[in-house]
This record gives sequence, C-alpha cells and structure tokens, in this order.
Amino acid sequence: MQTIVLIGHGMVGQRFLEALADRGVTESARVVVLCEEPRPAYDRVHLTSYFDGTSPEELSMVEDGFMERHGIELYVGDPATGVDRETRTVTARSGRTFAYDTLVLATGSYPFVPPCPGKDAEGVFVYRTIDDLLAIEEYARNATTGVVVGGGLLGLEAAGALKGLGLDTHIVEFAPRLMAVQVDEGGGSALRRTIAGMGLGVHTGRGGKEIRTDEGGAVSGMLLTDDSELPADLVVFAAGIRPRDDLARATGLTVGERGGIVVDTACRTSDPAVYAIGECAQAADGRVYGLVAPGYEMAQTAADAIAGEAAREFTGADMSTKLKLLGVDVASFGDAHGTADGCLDVVYADSRAGVYKKLVVAPSGELLGGVLVGDADAYSMLRPLTGTVPPLAPEQLVLPAGLGAPAALGPDALPAEAVVCSCHNVTKGRILDAVAEHECTTLPEIKKCTKAGTGCGSCVKLIGQLLPATGDQGLCGCFPVTRAELYEIIRVRRITSYTRVLDEHGRPEARGGEGCEVCKPAVASIIASLAPAIGADGYVLGGEQAALQDTNDHFLANMQRNGSYSVVPRIPGGEVTPEKLIVIGEVARDFGLYTKITGGQRIDLFGARVDQLPAIWARLVDAGFESGHAYGKALRTVKSCVGRTWCRYGVQDSVRMAIDLELRYRGLRAPHKLKSAVSGCARECAEAQSKDFGVIATANGWNLYVGGNGGMTPRHADLLAQDLSDAELVRLIDRFLMFYIRTADRLERTSVWLERIEGGLDHVRDVVVHDSLGLCDELEALMRAHVAGYRDEWAETLTDPDRLRRFVSFVNAPGTPDPTVRFVSEREQIKPDLALLQITSPEGTAVR
Amino acid sequence: MTLAPERTDLRVQLRLPGGWFPVCDLALLTPGRGVAALLPDGTQVAVFLDRAGTVHAVANRDPFTGAYVLSRGLVGSADGRPFVASPLLKQRFELETGRCLDDAEVTIPVYAARVG
Repeated sequence: MQTIVLIGHGMVGQRFLEALADRGVTESARVVVLCEEPRPAYDRVHLTSYFDGTSPEELSMVEDGFMERHGIELYVGDPATGVDRETRTVTARSGRTFAYDTLVLATGSYPFVPPCPGKDAEGVFVYRTIDDLLAIEEYARNATTGVVVGGGLLGLEAAGALKGLGLDTHIVEFAPRLMAVQVDEGGGSALRRTIAGMGLGVHTGRGGKEIRTDEGGAVSGMLLTDDSELPADLVVFAAGIRPRDDLARATGLTVGERGGIVVDTACRTSDPAVYAIGECAQAADGRVYGLVAPGYEMAQTAADAIAGEAAREFTGADMSTKLKLLGVDVASFGDAHGTADGCLDVVYADSRAGVYKKLVVAPSGELLGGVLVGDADAYSMLRPLTGTVPPLAPEQLVLPAGLGAPAALGPDALPAEAVVCSCHNVTKGRILDAVAEHECTTLPEIKKCTKAGTGCGSCVKLIGQLLPATGDQGLCGCFPVTRAELYEIIRVRRITSYTRVLDEHGRPEARGGEGCEVCKPAVASIIASLAPAIGADGYVLGGEQAALQDTNDHFLANMQRNGSYSVVPRIPGGEVTPEKLIVIGEVARDFGLYTKITGGQRIDLFGARVDQLPAIWARLVDAGFESGHAYGKALRTVKSCVGRTWCRYGVQDSVRMAIDLELRYRGLRAPHKLKSAVSGCARECAEAQSKDFGVIATANGWNLYVGGNGGMTPRHADLLAQDLSDAELVRLIDRFLMFYIRTADRLERTSVWLERIEGGLDHVRDVVVHDSLGLCDELEALMRAHVAGYRDEWAETLTDPDRLRRFVSFVNAPGTPDPTVRFVSEREQIKPDLALLQITSPEGTAVR
Repeated sequence: MTLAPERTDLRVQLRLPGGWFPVCDLALLTPGRGVAALLPDGTQVAVFLDRAGTVHAVANRDPFTGAYVLSRGLVGSADGRPFVASPLLKQRFELETGRCLDDAEVTIPVYAARVG
C-alpha cells in the first residue's frame, strides 16, 4: 500500500485531501497529514470574521467526519521537522516518523516582518493564524492605540480588526497608496478617503523605522521613516508573506531566488516523489501565488498527477480578487493596471460616495480587466466577461444603476463557459447542470455539489441569481425588495413621495397602482424616520403622507373595536404632577371616557368619538401634555422606578434618565413599536430586561440591555455594554435604534430582529460599539436630526384648520356624532355597546 | 390627476333609488383615503378617491366586526383593482364589486358614484 504524506493542513492542504478523496485515491493509499496549528484547516481568507462573532469552529474547512470517512490520519499540533529524501521519511516534532511514497508540501507562508529595531518587543504581533488573533484580542484589552505596518490586503484586514477591538488605529504603508498590488492610483485614493473618513490614520509613502518601547520592554510607539512618530500600545506586522520553504531547502529541493519551492506544471518539485502546492511553491510561470484560488488549482493539479489521471497543468493563474476591507468593497481582476499594448481605460469616480471604478478594454472592445472600489457589485458579472466583448458599452458597465445605466447586466449575459467561481473554477454551465440534473435548488446544495461559492465567496450572489426563483423576499405584492432595502433606496435616492417609490421601484405590475395596506404605512414610517435627512416634512399628516398612515396614525389615536378611539398623553418616565393628574381626570370626566392605568406607567382614556379628539387634545395640550404616540410604530414609554432619589437601594437617578431618554426618542418612527425602561439598581423594578432597550443602574454608571420583549414570545434582553456614562449610554442607544430602523423588517420587534440578523448580538455590538461598518457617525447624525426636528403632532394638528377638518364622523354632516358609537355602563365606567353593532345595522349582515 | 383649482366646485354624488345624492366637495377627498357619509335614511357610506381620480362608494360597516369604520381604512390595489383594507382586522374589500378578497363568502354593498 502506498503512503502519501501531506505536510501542512491549511486551506490548500484540505482542498488537496478532498481532491484525493474525489479521485478515489484515499481508498487505496494510506494518507497521513501533519498540521502545525492546534486545529485542522480553517478559512484563513475570512479570518477577520472571528471579530464579527464567527467562532474558530465555524471557520473550519473540514466537513464533520471527513477524515474518518476517508481513513485519513491527521496529526494536529505536530509539525514536520525534517524530511529525508534518501530514505523517504518525514519526522515530526513529536518524534513520529512516517515513510512516504509520495510527499506533498503545503506549508504555506509566514508573515514578513521587516528588520525593524524593536520588532521583538512585547505587544508586536503578526496577523496570520487564529492564535495570532486570539493573542491580539487579549493584548488589546489593555491598549488604546494600534499601528498596522502594511497597507495591503492583509494590513487592511488587520486594521479593521484593531478598529473593531476599539483601538485608535493607524496604517503605515511604504508604497504611495493602499493596496498597491491590486488597485491603481485612482482606486487607492478612493480607498484612502473612505478609510480615513472612518477615523483611521493612513500614512502612505512611509515605513516603520523603529519600534519604541517603555522600561518594561513593551511597545509604546513607532518612529516612521520620515522621522514622524505615532503613539502605539500594539503593533501588527502585515507587510506581506513569504513562502515557507525551509523544510524543502534543508532537504535539498530546488527553491527560487526569492523563495518558493520550484515546481513544474504538474506541481512536482525537483524530486519527482515530492510535490509542492499553494503559497510555499513557485509555480511554473516563476510566480508565487498568495491567493487561495491558485492554491486550490495547484491542489487539484497535484491530486491529478498522483492519481495518474489525465494531466491537468498549472501554468499560472488569474489574480482577480474581491474583498470587503473595513466594510469597503475592493475588487480587481484581469489586467487591472492596464499593461497590455494599446489598452484604454474607462473610469467612473465619485469621491463623495467613495466609489471608483475602472475598466481596462482593448481597442477591439474586449474587456481586459478592471478595478472596483467602494461598489464592487458588478465584479461577479464582470470577471467572467473578461476576455470577451461585453454586451453593453464599458461606460454603461461602470455607471451606477439608475444613472443612465440600463438595468444591471444580468447573469443571462454570461456564456455557459464563463467561470462563475474562480476559486474552484466552476463555470455557469456546470452550475446550471447541477440545477437541472442534480436538482440543486438552494445555495448550500450548489456548494455541496459543485464547490462553487466555497472559496472567497465573492460569486455567491451571482450563484443565487442562477438558481431557480424560490421564496419571494419582497415586502408585499407591490415591492420586490425587503423593508431594509426599501430604506436604503429611500435614503440614498432621497425620495420623499410614496407614489414615486412605487412607480420607480415597485413590481412592474404594481407601478401606477394604489399600493397596498402593507407597504403604505411601511414607506410612511421610513420617510418619517429619515425625514430630516432626506428633506421630507416630518409631520405624519402632512401632504401625501396623510394618505399612507394606518387609521391610528391618521387620527393620532388608537381605534378600538366599536370604532371609537383611545387617547394616551405622554407621561415621560411615568412621573406626573398632581395638577396634570387632575387635568387628565377632568378631561375623562367631562368627555365621559373610560380610564385605565397602562403597563407603561401612563393613563389611557377610552371611548372618544373621532369628532371629539381635537377638543380632548386641546384641553390636554393646554395643560402641557404631548402626544404619547400610543398609536404609532414609534417610541411608546420609558418606564422607571423612583431610583436613588427615594429608594434606599437605588444607585443612580433612574427617573431623570428615563425622562431624558423618553424626551429624546419621542416621536421616533420605527419598524415596530419601541418600549424602554430604566431601573435604579440591580433589583430591576422597572423590568428593563423585557424592553427593546433597557437600562439598569450600576455603581459606575449604566448597563444597556437590548432586544427584550414581553408579549406572546417573551425574550430576556441581552447585555450590550456595561458601566456607561450618561453620554456613552445615549450615544449607544442612538446608534442601536438607528441601526435597527435601518435594517429591520416591517413589524419586526428588536427581539426578533436581533435573533434574525446574521451574526446576531455580536454583529450588532460590533456595528454600534466598535463601529465595524463605519456607520456610527451617520447613525448618530440621523438621531441628532430626529431630536432637533421633533414636533408634537397634536399641538401642530390643533393649529391647522385644514387638518382638523378630517376629525368628523360624517363628511356631509360635520356636527352629527356617529350614532353607532354608543356605550353602556359597567363598574361605574363606560364600555362599548356591542349589541348596537350587531342588531341595528341598517344594512343588515354581510351578503352571503 | 386633475389640478386642485378645478376640483373645488366639483361635487361627489352617489346614486340612490331616488336619484343622484350630493355628498361633498371633491376637494374634501384625499387620494388613497376615504370619508364617511350619512344618507337621508341613516345609512353610512364610505367614499374613496383613488390615484386615478375615480370616486368609489361602499357600505361603511365592516361585516367582520360590525363597526362602522371602513371609511378609515387604507386604499390599495390588487391586480389593478382598487380595494379598501378594514382598519380593524385588515380584511380587504374590492371597491368596484364589494367582494371580500380574504373571504369569498362575504360581500359588502356597493354604491354607484360620480363627480359632477
């Protein structure tokens, strides 16, 4: 039985094992794997997603039971230390030795650390493995400033991670621009602007000269080559990688001048019994590839050769990449730098939006390559079109959708032989076959069947478009998009009119129609939430907005079962003066209303006819009350306990904080209602942990909980952040609420939203605490605009005769009350006379 | 849609057994919303104006709850035909036929309406 020994179990190593298994080699040969790291192969490409809450286990590349199923012996934490080609044996650190017939080196690369004084100080890291990440995370707990050396792909990943850990982060890059390998000057400056705009320091054209240390030998700063100095508690080197070819050198295999084990087109080294694949190898074209896609191709090439199958050859690879770095899309493909003779550039740049797109085309119109920064949606379509004359003119391919460009180029435009997944070299035709012949209808099935989409993931969206249409994600029969997508459309395009949204973005069959009862209030809510930012009138009954509101918003009151309304004045924090309490009592008495104390520490007045609402509110507004928005998908109440002021256990002034929060967020329109509470100590009398956002006092400040709910499916709120100052608390709630408003579905409470969104609580924490998407400034600005633009809807309505005119029971008899809204007595108050509705109906019952 | 100045002197009328009954000025209607009108015999009618400027009238009573509230529902359209959704339990009724889109057994009375 022949033995195959694989040294190195990274992504490429694992791909090689899968290729062996696919070819049946594992059935006849003994396969041994030596892995240096303490865990099997994981997705290094998405390493940074660890900081978004992805666990090391979720990053694993190895399907459960894979090794057992194929009888592969995997030794983790046991690297190879020597190879003897004479005796064909490999020795591992544990002392184990293995005789091989075929040896495969997939040792990958190591991070390049420039010879910089102080590079061995405490607090200096590299960015390569999960263990590196864990070490950085641990050290960052006591750090405030970080410097990343390297402004390439890995450097920006590392910078994103440091920023996510809450560090003040600087990037130092020797080249004159960021991502010099992938993008050109224009793309580099777009990237720089966007990244600097997120608050990161970008220092290009400079390198690290010396790492400064304190008396204890820990990093304290960095001196740059221009003799400027940056403060730093932590330094990460991400300045490139070098092939790990030391084992090969030691055993006398030929290595390239600048490193890399020399291999031929079959990935065979200078010793025919030894192969090298991935980042440790110098391919037949003389290049060392640091990307996963070429590594996968080499893995398959070597597996073919070992299996004795028809010779696949690896002669070089496409360097196309698409990445999301610091939340910015960056893609480059084909001849991105325009090196071909006579080639021409087509460029679209919008510095405001941080978008830069360049296509390189041949005089014949053939697409040669391109660079996309800030908006790389087109990548998955453009890359497969490389080498062809696209069906649209190049300028149309770079223009943003809707700005003169026809609808985005669809997957129909791709020929069957176009490579959709370049990591696994899967064509469109192969995916369509999987759909037709293997009945794959979902993305996971396609991934399993073809491996497409399991590498860098940039083609996943395109694969989705190739799948047969399944569940419709649209908001309703009128819109094909979700509420969150509609929010983006309205925000970006600054649309303030429902009919315009419907006519321009509705389903074709719904355009020009009336819309429906689902999308009208949803759009009204979005426009109201964004009003100050998009230049809309925030008043919910203004102009066309009036026609979109559910009846409760339309009449600024809650309709009850007999068509009467209830009225809830705002009582911030549940604190009310005796005088105001008396006014509520007098109003209820004079209009004959039923009164009940609500769960939100306020008073609900029931049984008002629509024509009585203005008179009731005139009295309430006069006494200093405002709308309580009990009718709206908006902030309802912020409950409180009496707190430190009265309670012997209280540690903070919970009433004041509840009032502050209620006044700050009053009138805020959201996908659903919002409830809150503030407790003055850990005894939690205000039940803050059952609220959308709840605050509990601590000795040092406030703890913020989010996503709680009572009701039908109770949910205990999750702790988002601890020991916050007043200002920190308000800032976090601002961000949290605006992020919820931006991304939730229609009528989705925060509890459901938090469970649904990808990454859950950890993702939300990253976004609102660590600003991982660079959104926080915008979220805070939106909330500031809301606070500044708040007006009491009832006070405003009372001053406008036109708006008051709708508060009549009958349009043709304004003084006549609705005779069907009648009440009978119960426990000394009123209740609806339901008998009236059933029996005296002039039209009789429903026609059957 | 007709411009506002021309609408002011137009009246919304409903056809009753005795002839066309004037309800109100067209200017009092908002596209996409309704109003309630009281007929001489005490009957309540819900009158709506759609985006195209067409006036529709149906009974104001919501047969599912017995409450006289349909005039306060939202107007929408399905397959190009306008409907009103009850503000209480959201059942939809076609404005042209009175047919309930959510319960094939229920229909509400419809009135012919015009602007003149």
